[in-house]
Amino acid sequence: MIDELFTISTLIGILHSCVRLATPYLFASLGETFGQRSGVLNLGVDGIMLMGAFFAFYAVFEGHNLWVGVLVAIAVGILMGLLKAFVSVTMQSLQGISGIGLYLFGLGLSSLLFKTLIGSVEGVSGFRQLAIPLLSDIPGLGHILFNHNALVYLAYIMVPVSWFVINRTTLGLKIRAVGHNPEAADTLGVSVNGVRYTTLMIGGALAAVAGASLSIGLQNVFQENMTNGLGFIAVALVYFGSWRTVGVLGGSLLFSLVNALQLWVQALDIPVPSEVAVMMPYIMTIVVLAFTARQIQKPAALARSYERGE
Amino acid sequence: MNTRLYLAKLIDLLLPVLAMVIALVVGVLLLFLLGTDPFEAYSALIRGALGNISGITQTLTKATPLLLVGLGICIAFRGGVINIGGEGQIVVGALAATAFGVGFGNLPALILLPLTLISGAAAGLIWGGIPGLLKARLGVNEILTTVMMNQIALRLMNFLLRGPMLDPEHVAAGTSIPQSATLPESIWLTRLVPRTLFHSGAILAVLLALAVYFLLWRTTIGYRIRAVGLNPHASRYAGIPVAKYVTLSLALSGMLCGLAGAVEVLGVHHRMLEGLSGGYGFSGIVAALFGKLHPLGAIPASALFGALLVGADKMQRAVQVPSALAIALQGLVVLFVVSSDLYVRRRTRRRVGDDGSGGPDNGPPAAEGEKREAIAEV
Amino acid sequence: MLRRIRVFTLIFLLLLAGCGRGDDNGDGEAIDAEGQPFRIAIVMPSSTTDIAWSQSMFDSLVAVQTEMGGEDALKIAYSEGMFRVTDASAAIRDYASEGFDLVIAHGAQYGNSVFEVAADFTETSFAWGTSSDTGADRGIENVFAYGAVANEGGYVNGVVAAMLSQNDVIGVIGPVAGDAKLYIDGFVRGVTEVKPDAQVNISYTGSFSDTTLAAEAAHVHIQAGADVLTGSAQQVVGAIGVANENGVAWLGTQSDQISLGPDVVVTNQIYNWANVVADMISKIEKGELGGTAYRLTFANDGLRLEFNENIEIADEVKEAARTAIEDIKSGAVDPVLLEEDE
Repeated sequence: MIDELFTISTLIGILHSCVRLATPYLFASLGETFGQRSGVLNLGVDGIMLMGAFFAFYAVFEGHNLWVGVLVAIAVGILMGLLKAFVSVTMQSLQGISGIGLYLFGLGLSSLLFKTLIGSVEGVSGFRQLAIPLLSDIPGLGHILFNHNALVYLAYIMVPVSWFVINRTTLGLKIRAVGHNPEAADTLGVSVNGVRYTTLMIGGALAAVAGASLSIGLQNVFQENMTNGLGFIAVALVYFGSWRTVGVLGGSLLFSLVNALQLWVQALDIPVPSEVAVMMPYIMTIVVLAFTARQIQKPAALARSYERGE
Repeated sequence: MNTRLYLAKLIDLLLPVLAMVIALVVGVLLLFLLGTDPFEAYSALIRGALGNISGITQTLTKATPLLLVGLGICIAFRGGVINIGGEGQIVVGALAATAFGVGFGNLPALILLPLTLISGAAAGLIWGGIPGLLKARLGVNEILTTVMMNQIALRLMNFLLRGPMLDPEHVAAGTSIPQSATLPESIWLTRLVPRTLFHSGAILAVLLALAVYFLLWRTTIGYRIRAVGLNPHASRYAGIPVAKYVTLSLALSGMLCGLAGAVEVLGVHHRMLEGLSGGYGFSGIVAALFGKLHPLGAIPASALFGALLVGADKMQRAVQVPSALAIALQGLVVLFVVSSDLYVRRRTRRRVGDDGSGGPDNGPPAAEGEKREAIAEV
Repeated sequence: MLRRIRVFTLIFLLLLAGCGRGDDNGDGEAIDAEGQPFRIAIVMPSSTTDIAWSQSMFDSLVAVQTEMGGEDALKIAYSEGMFRVTDASAAIRDYASEGFDLVIAHGAQYGNSVFEVAADFTETSFAWGTSSDTGADRGIENVFAYGAVANEGGYVNGVVAAMLSQNDVIGVIGPVAGDAKLYIDGFVRGVTEVKPDAQVNISYTGSFSDTTLAAEAAHVHIQAGADVLTGSAQQVVGAIGVANENGVAWLGTQSDQISLGPDVVVTNQIYNWANVVADMISKIEKGELGGTAYRLTFANDGLRLEFNENIEIADEVKEAARTAIEDIKSGAVDPVLLEEDE
């Protein structure tokens, strides 16, 4: 049985699963990276995801185009990001706890809207698998990388885009400056709060798309609390990636790979107790980081609100 | 301090309550969405939490684990680390306490009870200590580890309650309900009010709040924990082994959460079962914040938040709305309360300017600038 | 600042005043039960719309209500999302003290709470599921117990799966190992009855509500060759979505899942608690407050197998399913695989 795991088709299957599973984590973690690089910790990602998942679903359920669904989710995500920004930037609240408030608010409101506006679990027709011509014909690799739905591709496109924004643009420079030393950035004329509002809105939008990728991409259904804490894992993966987009990509892929592997191990009836299998993704993430972690400088002002001296 | 200052501090203390009320007023919008009469809903909320003996005991029963977890959170945050792993620590604490209490059920109660509590605390200590060690020695961020270890603990529980720890009586009866055998009755915590769940664990929790206060502000260990939390670099120069105290604060934090699990088992359920915690790890963080991250503040704060949770459930029953409403309202309350803190700080600063007697004191509430630095990571 | 505080205080006082008034009304209502409709309260761990365990009971209650003539005859109160046992316990006690005629504790984990409250409210009737324990051996007389013999429907779904499968590979998505054991064991038994060599791949997500992982598990099963899928718990919504997208047959259980996969859900085992609830009501009205342990079976119409009307199903499949059900009813087939059960 164990040799079944090492057949080419199984390995391709595992990697294919891994690439797809990483989608929501990537969106959400990249979004959280923006916020954290500017010095704001947002633990409320899961709540934003649920709001995004619901509104995207609702738009499509009401007969709108799938991309309209994504746009609606983005709009809602920006609003949730604004709420978080208002509470933790303008009101300078303790960031971790306000994130928990945001999570509860998003969890409750999305479920409430679902019960009021839809009322029962329904399916919609979401993004379909979209094999990219030519590329998807590459043996092995083609299926792994180029045979997914549009939101999966978008998640991976967001990696270099985020990298570019953070490392190669003026906005990125401001984000890093604000996260590293808000006092100095302020002296140089950067609006600390303005930058933080921006990153939280970007983060909110990406988290909402992460939710949409579940409700109209990977599952085509909305259920109360359907993220099941995925957003918290996404926040954890930002730490895994040491606030760098490539690291976040690595963390998302690792976590998803182990998850895909354990599902395959179970499906192929390989004698590993399922009780152990389901723990593996969490254990492996910790173990791998324990072996690779270096003392990487975190954004020095992370989770500190900034108030101009008077 | 003069009367005016006392009054001002009193207002600071009441601000979270006011923020809570405003949040509920904003929550009226949600009630309108559902077509519910807000007066009826909120009267049920207050009646449910405080209206009669049943409500008050429910509130206090709920406040007990919140206080224990909240104390753990206070230690972690004072030590400059974030413990999001309360949930997992509660679960392993409850599991360990149950395993010990059932396994050594024939020991005399006088020995068994403390040992059962200690097993729970020890399991929590280990579950919190691992992230502490990983952070101190290998630089693994504790948010990542505690989030992951919550999931591991839940899956461990799923396994143990359906396998090794499954009640033998249930196995015999063929009704595999995922729960453990019952603990010997001799070590159940006394129910303080008959026909309710309110148990003597509440007293233990309050005593521990005093102990944590003493630890943090009256001992060298506590002083060092806070020093490391305030400024690890300065602490290192001062010769404090920072790594050791980082580990210690997470371990102690986990210990109190583990104890919360053990107390829930001994006081409420008398066995381990699914749905023992279900979010106390997070609620405890909120309770700690309501108490301004001070062990003594956590006592009224956990009662207040407990009342909100109990009242929200009652409201759901009384006006028959989806349970999600209660969750959304809690979210609003947290957002408003956490925001209200700004006014406390502004007022504190003004006060300091007024009479020049400010500066960080050792005592309760006020979140002065410097302390804020320490807890800023929250 | 001071002015603002005064405003806050005013709002607070207004709220309190409002509550004072509400108090009187509430108590008045709770006391007089004479000539009132029959009142049932249900406490459930998940949501009324989980298309699984909780919804199956809620839908049945609503069906009974309609049958009896609406709200005037039967009043239903519910508490959902009571995954925390302490909260459920408080809700059960609260409903009992408000004078409900029947309080249903719809979760195996609520057992302790039910018996504790039932001992304090001997005039109120309680029901506890999944369980066969009415507490009679402990002198408790006001608790009903109920459960579903889910392996019966599992068996029939297994027979259907085996007949539908071309590849002879079938995927099962379970929540937590050891849970949903009855259904899955019955399912495997049914498959092997028809095709002893067919491969049944079982995977667990380790959670009841991880829709994302359940969806991926469906992908994995499909890629591993499965062309018929089944699964249990509220997490399956994600998996049904994937089955739908890939046109792979899905066999549902617990609640009606056809609406989720109109083109792929072939059969659906439905828990129909209506008869059980109706029987409890008539017993309670006669003064019998508990003591009966109900089991949903095909024989007592508690379990139903529904075929999806929208899709074409080969007659031989339907026939095989009907035969399997008849065999179970007559006792010719015993779909029990569990060594510890009965």
